[in-house]
Amino acid sequence: MSGFAEKHKKLERNVTLLGAAAFVTVAIGGIVEIAPLFWIDNTIEEVEGMRPYTPLELAGRNIYIREGCYSCHSQMVRPFRDEVERYGHYSLAAESMYDHPFQWGSKRTGPDLARVGGRYSDEWHVQHLIDPRSVVPESIMPPYAFLADKDLKTGDMVKHLTAQRRVGVPYTEEAIAAANEDLVAQADPEAVTTDLVERYPKAQVRDFDGDPDRLTEMDALVAYLQMIGTLVDFEAGEAQEQPR
Amino acid sequence: MDTLLLRVGGWLAIVFFAFIAMVLAADTGFAVHMAIIAMAAGITLWVTINKADYAAIGRGILKAPADPGIYDDDPIRWGVIATIFWGIAGMAVGLIIALQLAFPVLNLNNEFTTFGRLRPLHTSAVIFAFGGNALIATSYYVVQRTCRARLAFPGLARFVFWGYQLFIVLAATGYLMGVTQSKEYAEPEWYVDLWLTIVWLCYAAVFIGTVVRRSEPHIYVANWFYLSFILTIAMLHVVNGLSMPVSLLGSKSYAAFAGVQDALTQWWYGHNAVGFFLTAGFLAMMYYFVPKQAERPVYSYRLSIIHFWSLIFLYIWAGPHHLHYTALPDWAQTLGMVFSVVLWMPSWGGMINGLMTLNGAWDKIRTDPIIRMMVLALAFYGMSTFEGPMMSIKAVNSLSHYTDWTVGHVHSGALGWNGMITFACLYYLVPRLWGKERLYSLRMVNWHFWLSTLGIVLYAASMWVAGIMQGLMWREYGDDGYLVYAFSEVVSAMLPMYLIRAAGGLLYLAGALVLVYNVWMTIAGKQREEKPMTETPHNEDLDKPIVGKPAIAPAE
Repeated sequence: MSGFAEKHKKLERNVTLLGAAAFVTVAIGGIVEIAPLFWIDNTIEEVEGMRPYTPLELAGRNIYIREGCYSCHSQMVRPFRDEVERYGHYSLAAESMYDHPFQWGSKRTGPDLARVGGRYSDEWHVQHLIDPRSVVPESIMPPYAFLADKDLKTGDMVKHLTAQRRVGVPYTEEAIAAANEDLVAQADPEAVTTDLVERYPKAQVRDFDGDPDRLTEMDALVAYLQMIGTLVDFEAGEAQEQPR
Repeated sequence: MDTLLLRVGGWLAIVFFAFIAMVLAADTGFAVHMAIIAMAAGITLWVTINKADYAAIGRGILKAPADPGIYDDDPIRWGVIATIFWGIAGMAVGLIIALQLAFPVLNLNNEFTTFGRLRPLHTSAVIFAFGGNALIATSYYVVQRTCRARLAFPGLARFVFWGYQLFIVLAATGYLMGVTQSKEYAEPEWYVDLWLTIVWLCYAAVFIGTVVRRSEPHIYVANWFYLSFILTIAMLHVVNGLSMPVSLLGSKSYAAFAGVQDALTQWWYGHNAVGFFLTAGFLAMMYYFVPKQAERPVYSYRLSIIHFWSLIFLYIWAGPHHLHYTALPDWAQTLGMVFSVVLWMPSWGGMINGLMTLNGAWDKIRTDPIIRMMVLALAFYGMSTFEGPMMSIKAVNSLSHYTDWTVGHVHSGALGWNGMITFACLYYLVPRLWGKERLYSLRMVNWHFWLSTLGIVLYAASMWVAGIMQGLMWREYGDDGYLVYAFSEVVSAMLPMYLIRAAGGLLYLAGALVLVYNVWMTIAGKQREEKPMTETPHNEDLDKPIVGKPAIAPAE
């Protein structure tokens, strides 16, 4: 036993050696665990329906991030009976494949939001965000009334989509070129949106915040909330009951 | 003179470019941050001109050389003050957000004070501002004493201190304005990350440079821990911070990785912010200050070797336990769980080495409240490093994850271990750094000890109850086969626990305020007149046999 302590004295006398040995020791775990996720194919099983966010959804997602919603809401339904019954189908890896950064969360002070899209009406969301306790008396969520008063920043979505493409999100040239217009068009019931819906299948086009004259941050956030977890069609994969 | 001119010119250039960036900024957050940077550079410029040693420059050198016969303690004194300042700020914000969960009206219907924006302010303030300043200050102190050498690169050492404070200010103001990457404990945006990288590399240079200059042949064990902490944090910070800015004049960026890969990178970072910032770094503090205060040598040299290498090797694997039952591949989850459970052993190795250092000096727990704090810190370290591996077992985690149990677990580690060991070190350092004979009051240290202990007990106990209750209520089925509770019912059931938690936080903050007063008076040179804690005074009247009152009635 005294051998290893003697040998260790070599490290203790040389800070370069000690530092190098410590660095190699701490590097191993990350390399073994994280690096394979980038090349093992079945890490993310492909599913139909996944597409990049529309500019409006992306803007809404950025507001979700800005306000720290992830502090209290997860977006990751675990494969347990109670969670699947409470929230919906458990989350798939592919569903967050375009999420830079991920929003899985770590705490459920409020409920999971991975399947919140389409569950409530736009009016409910707007009312709930303005004054949470007016629709859920037990809620302890902060009020976000200011979102309805703030105009959504427009005109820089081309830059946002370009940055997204640089980190690997497959936006096409034309999607990037049309980003600024798409942002406005998605919340404008009057706009011609055939191209938008073709670029982003299942994109929901309407005025989201109940104020069609203005494009507010509320529009963007509700547009994002209404699309979370709606892209993959889980009913198509369900077991079909045979009529007797 | 040329060097001085160069420096003044450099700071002036930074003021200029920051001002330009402020004017051209793509968003308000970035503009405010550039204004802060311009101001910081302006202040530095002013100080450079005013404090320059013109007499020395006249003799052809930039500054009169410092006395090599004394340790360079200035940045340590600043660090002690900064630790206390940020500690109080961070804990106060913690109390506010705890109360917000009980009384949502305290969100003040205002975008800057919502829970979502204040929560990262609390976590960063206590971990990186309070903990980080404590680590930098104590590492400067310990590395000089154990190497018997003055700090290498004194100018750089001061730059590290002020650069780190600027990082804290940028991060904190950013959170209030919603400038965040949303990666927990790594929220600052890309340009703040870059700044921290520069500061951190300078910190590494100062620390390693001082070790290189040592007069002792051996590098002391505390320095192994500091070294691994500095190197690993650099690695974690750089990899997890990789991102693509939308504009070089704007605050927003998109993380380099997405989904599964991003999640594991984040929790590889997140768990090892705990493992290396809050564990390895604080164990380094423990390895110097516990033996000094107890006046006993470290219990086992061999144990320290084994537990050092196994701790730093194993910790890095534990990240996936934050992602149990998620879309992360199962093999990674299992690997994370196994290593987390194994990690229990080296963690307890550290606790045992610390506690057993008191061998032969256990009586000091009774007489020395600073030792008492250290022992409590080690006990909480042992407690939370048992709780952690237990919670990382997948079956337990399925219940505990997403609940307040996790919050309680973090706080028994943070308040019990990190907080208490830091307070003990501050009490050790203050009289020595300011050349005072003793602390203002030892009895107030005892008050601090009990206020904190009671606070932690309330905090941890309420969060255990809250977390287990949440986990059980969420999964409870009735006889009819339906879920029993709506989510909102579980939320309203938490109110009593949230109130108890806030009370615990208030007690802990009150204890820290006692420390502020005690340190303030000590630095002011006052000594409180009080009964010593260490001696039982001799009482002449009682020092004789009792006569006339037989204790036992005589037998018949």
